[in-house]
Amino acid sequence: MKEGTYIKQPNRALQVYAIVFLIVLYLPVLFIPLFSFNDSIYVRFPMQGLTIQWYVDLWTRESVWAALQNSLTVGLWVSVISTGLGVVAARAITRYRMPGQSAIVTFAMLPLIVPGVIFGVALLVLVSRLGIPLSLYTVAFGHLIICLPFAIATLLPRFEGFDRSMEEASADLGENGWWTFWRVTFPMVAPGIVASLLLTFTISFDEFIMTFFLSGTDTTLPIYIWTQLRFPREFPAILALSTIILALSFVLVFVALWIGRLGVVREQVSATNAGS
Amino acid sequence: MVSVPDARSFGRGKLAAWFQRSEAARGYALMSPALIVLLIGIAVPLIILIAMSLWTRDGFGFDMTPTIANYQRAATEPIFGTLLTRSFMISGLATFITVLLCYPMAYYVAFHVHRNKMLWIVLMTLPFWTSYLLRVFAWRVILGYEGVINSAFLSAGWIEAPLEFLLYSQTAVVITLAHAWAAFAILPLYVSLEKIDKSLLEAATDLGDGPFTRFMRITLPLSMPGVIAASFLIFIPTTGDYITPALLGGPDGVMIGNLIQLQFGPVNNWPMGAALSIVLMAWIAALALVFLFITRKAKDHLA
Repeated sequence: MKEGTYIKQPNRALQVYAIVFLIVLYLPVLFIPLFSFNDSIYVRFPMQGLTIQWYVDLWTRESVWAALQNSLTVGLWVSVISTGLGVVAARAITRYRMPGQSAIVTFAMLPLIVPGVIFGVALLVLVSRLGIPLSLYTVAFGHLIICLPFAIATLLPRFEGFDRSMEEASADLGENGWWTFWRVTFPMVAPGIVASLLLTFTISFDEFIMTFFLSGTDTTLPIYIWTQLRFPREFPAILALSTIILALSFVLVFVALWIGRLGVVREQVSATNAGS
Repeated sequence: MVSVPDARSFGRGKLAAWFQRSEAARGYALMSPALIVLLIGIAVPLIILIAMSLWTRDGFGFDMTPTIANYQRAATEPIFGTLLTRSFMISGLATFITVLLCYPMAYYVAFHVHRNKMLWIVLMTLPFWTSYLLRVFAWRVILGYEGVINSAFLSAGWIEAPLEFLLYSQTAVVITLAHAWAAFAILPLYVSLEKIDKSLLEAATDLGDGPFTRFMRITLPLSMPGVIAASFLIFIPTTGDYITPALLGGPDGVMIGNLIQLQFGPVNNWPMGAALSIVLMAWIAALALVFLFITRKAKDHLA
């Protein structure tokens, strides 16, 4: 790993830029928790003093608890189903040669690119033409469409990365297909599965656009926030709720990315060790 | 599940062909649950959306006689053209700013970070995974009439009255979009920069290129795929955004996404909303093709 000497030279200007960039990236979001502890219904400087009354206020609200329960239920189901579908899709894509494979992958990635509003209204039209009432089920289906590309994108590198000869060895030693998958393939792709579960849960938990079109009377937390945004006196409570959601998302995603990346890094390290 | 050794299939054309077919068939069978969900969730709704765009509203129901009246309205009534152009201008500007600001950051991590690279990548992409609604909401807290900036400047005595242009303007929408999508742009840029063979840079240096020429002649052209990918990944989704304009745009910042949402909400003219969605997608596809064509031409021209 000998690199050109000039590349090794630290570039002070770029370094400063990078740090400023990161600060600007995180700063706006940090104002939400900051003001959620402010003892005033106005979000402005100077701050009035420390309080946790907005959190206490949230705790006593039935509607928040109902929305939280809906969000958790939808999120759990969507993460499990989309990761399960992602596993079979990633397995099929890496294991078998199929004509039209890249077209399918591109098709599956469409929800990442096409504006959310278009998928939202398209699904709303479908659901209403079929006469299905809007409910948490339609919300979950919308989330599934958004989460599936993320699940596949997270899982594909894991399935691509592993050594097929391990599976062949297991088969040669007499394990059947199912046990080979369970005892050889699964442990190798497990970090990807955990990462996918955490990421898809977070996406579903935070999803707003599809939910906006597809939810009936039962709302999720983001919809609850949206409906409360028009009342200025609800602002501090919304800040408190947002703080909780942000904290949860940051923790889940950090763990997911770390687990997902860690596997890849470990492979790279062992590959370099094997190579030298 | 054991793969057939090459020697066996050799000379048995029929068997090999059958196996080839069956391999594809097995792959599709394994994938079928995901495929069915994708078909029901993506293809079918889009087809119905196209069909509906040819209908007209009839009281509370629909008149299903196919007509292009909605498209004629979309083409002739100035409001639609104005909002479409504005959406593309705002998204285009936001895309340009985002890619411009993210490029040095991706460059820094690709070329100058050697330890804890993973931590940098995770830190850069982490905000992308958090709620879009809340990231937009955060900007409302900052730019609001009594928001962070105005109240801080007021109490510092820098301004006499709150700056009104901060919230509810196109500038606010552009700033928010650029910030909210930054994490999305970083990854493709980083990947394309990371792929560049460092020995090419050394060769350029050895042959007498200075840092600037080296960047313009090696790094930038080789990272173009990342720049193009990042541009698409931001421009296309943001054109249809309606959260940011709704929360921060005000009357001047309304975009085509808001109009589509209105057709399915208060206005209750679903066929018109469907037609607008199709028009938006057609324009995005056309612009994307033109953009690709230009960049390819430019590449040929340089090469």
